[in-house]
Amino acid sequence: MPLDPPITEIEQLKSHPALGRLVEWNSSVVQAVKFDRDELTIWIEKGAIREACAILRDSADCPFNYLADLTCVDWYPSEPRFEVVYHLLSIAKKERVRLKARLDGSSPAIESVTSVWPSANFYEREVFDLFGVRFTGHPNLQRIMMPDDWEGHPLRKDYPVEGYR
Amino acid sequence: MPQFPATVAAPGPEHTSDRASGRTSEDRTLVLNMGPQHPSTHGVLRLVLEIDGETVVRVKPEVGYLHTGIEKTCEAKFYQQVVPLTDRIDYLCPMTNNLAYCLAVEKLLGLEIPPKAQWMRVLMNELTRINSHLVWLGTHAMDLGAMTVFLYCFREREDVLRFFEMVSGQRMMTSYFRIGGLALEPPLGFFEKVKKFADRFLGNVDEYEGLLTGNPIFVMRTKGVARLSAEDAIALGAGGPTLRASGVDIDLRRDAPYTGYEKFKFNVPVRTEGDVFARYVCRVQELRESIGMVQQALAGMPEGPIKADSPKVVLPDREKMKTQMEALIYHFKIITEGFTVPAGEVYQAIESPRGEMGYYIVSDGTAKPYRVHMRGPSYANLQALAKMCEGGLIADVVAAIGSIDVVLGDIDR
Repeated sequence: MPLDPPITEIEQLKSHPALGRLVEWNSSVVQAVKFDRDELTIWIEKGAIREACAILRDSADCPFNYLADLTCVDWYPSEPRFEVVYHLLSIAKKERVRLKARLDGSSPAIESVTSVWPSANFYEREVFDLFGVRFTGHPNLQRIMMPDDWEGHPLRKDYPVEGYR
Repeated sequence: MPQFPATVAAPGPEHTSDRASGRTSEDRTLVLNMGPQHPSTHGVLRLVLEIDGETVVRVKPEVGYLHTGIEKTCEAKFYQQVVPLTDRIDYLCPMTNNLAYCLAVEKLLGLEIPPKAQWMRVLMNELTRINSHLVWLGTHAMDLGAMTVFLYCFREREDVLRFFEMVSGQRMMTSYFRIGGLALEPPLGFFEKVKKFADRFLGNVDEYEGLLTGNPIFVMRTKGVARLSAEDAIALGAGGPTLRASGVDIDLRRDAPYTGYEKFKFNVPVRTEGDVFARYVCRVQELRESIGMVQQALAGMPEGPIKADSPKVVLPDREKMKTQMEALIYHFKIITEGFTVPAGEVYQAIESPRGEMGYYIVSDGTAKPYRVHMRGPSYANLQALAKMCEGGLIADVVAAIGSIDVVLGDIDR
């Protein structure tokens, strides 16, 4: 089964409820899109991520009311270094969409989505702990996996797999 | 090393009674530490409970005691070497983890799986669900004082573990599903043994229900306890039976079928009460549905290969490897260099016994995954625990922990 080439044109993908709603709301926040392996990825301008999530959650015809996952990818050494990844699910329509926001490597920070989904609480703490990305407006941004006095962020690509010896 | 507070911590400065400010003893709350070594926290879960008499005011889960850095380790392994690591995440449902990972990599590769391998995956996956639910039922009932159910459940679980041992050689860390199919052919006599088990298992479920469903002590400990509304369950990201017991009708096996689940007939039990008893009813009903699917899988098991025809990805049979030069070369290449996966990313979600288990894999076109992230269902369910317990009695915290079926290996990874 050969893979289909990805689609990256916004115009061709507007029929997807998530992209349609975002473009209708404010097309300037959509930086890029990609439809690959039956999954839609939308790159959102990082300052607008909380509003974009709230818009999708409250969308009338296809509410993405469930935050399935929130994580991060480190593209060290290229810049912008971090990509925060949001996987949303619409329980009513069984649709999925992936949102991404790009962050710079020096003091990465992005607005928290805990006010949109309380479930983001633990996920954002985990990303803060393991990648060092700060979430502004998070109610309790502390380490969750590593000890409180741990130095460094283990899932960063410049952190050795065996740790510092 | 972090400093743990003593079992009963002194009230924090904000709780000390202060006569000058007019606070009396009624205003005071006590901070009680539960875990990480506590028999009813099902592992190394630590809860910091703030209690006012018998009432729980606040619950703060503390996790991370089992953190082993599996996500980081995956980045240093070949794709096929990650499979044994996935067993160790949610150790009560190893095959569900194997399946989620294999499906994600197969989606990245665009690999087709032969029908027999798909049906075997469904069969083993449902046996895994039975295994996991039996451990949950036994320990949950034991937490609430019903010792006998535990012994009955582990009797049947032993049978399921024997099936795992028959196909994979391992009781718990099975690694039976591989990228492109299965590790081995099921042995002779395997299907007959599973059939015998499936034929009598419904009677066993009746036995458990006879001990619990009408038991006044069990009902009083569970009905109306640790309620969670549908809105809260969705907002807090709860999944699986925890979500369905609150009235949200979602099951990924039906709504987003994978590995051939669309060919199976089953009901999705949904309750609306959202309490511990509703979660119990949902899971016990799922036991019955799962054994129905096992029987369907046995009845319709197709013949054919158990591995995809893709020599660059799937290891050749031992026999071929010993006799054919071509197969030997592929075997050597896969073991020493791995296989490359086209660049891209996928998020594969499947229905584990505890809820949505998602594997997010990013490939950069090399033989090692660039990033593997596991979305564990227990991690999300644990956030709902605080909401369930707050305002309830302290004795009900134990019932609530049991009802979300928490597995700490899945939370800490």
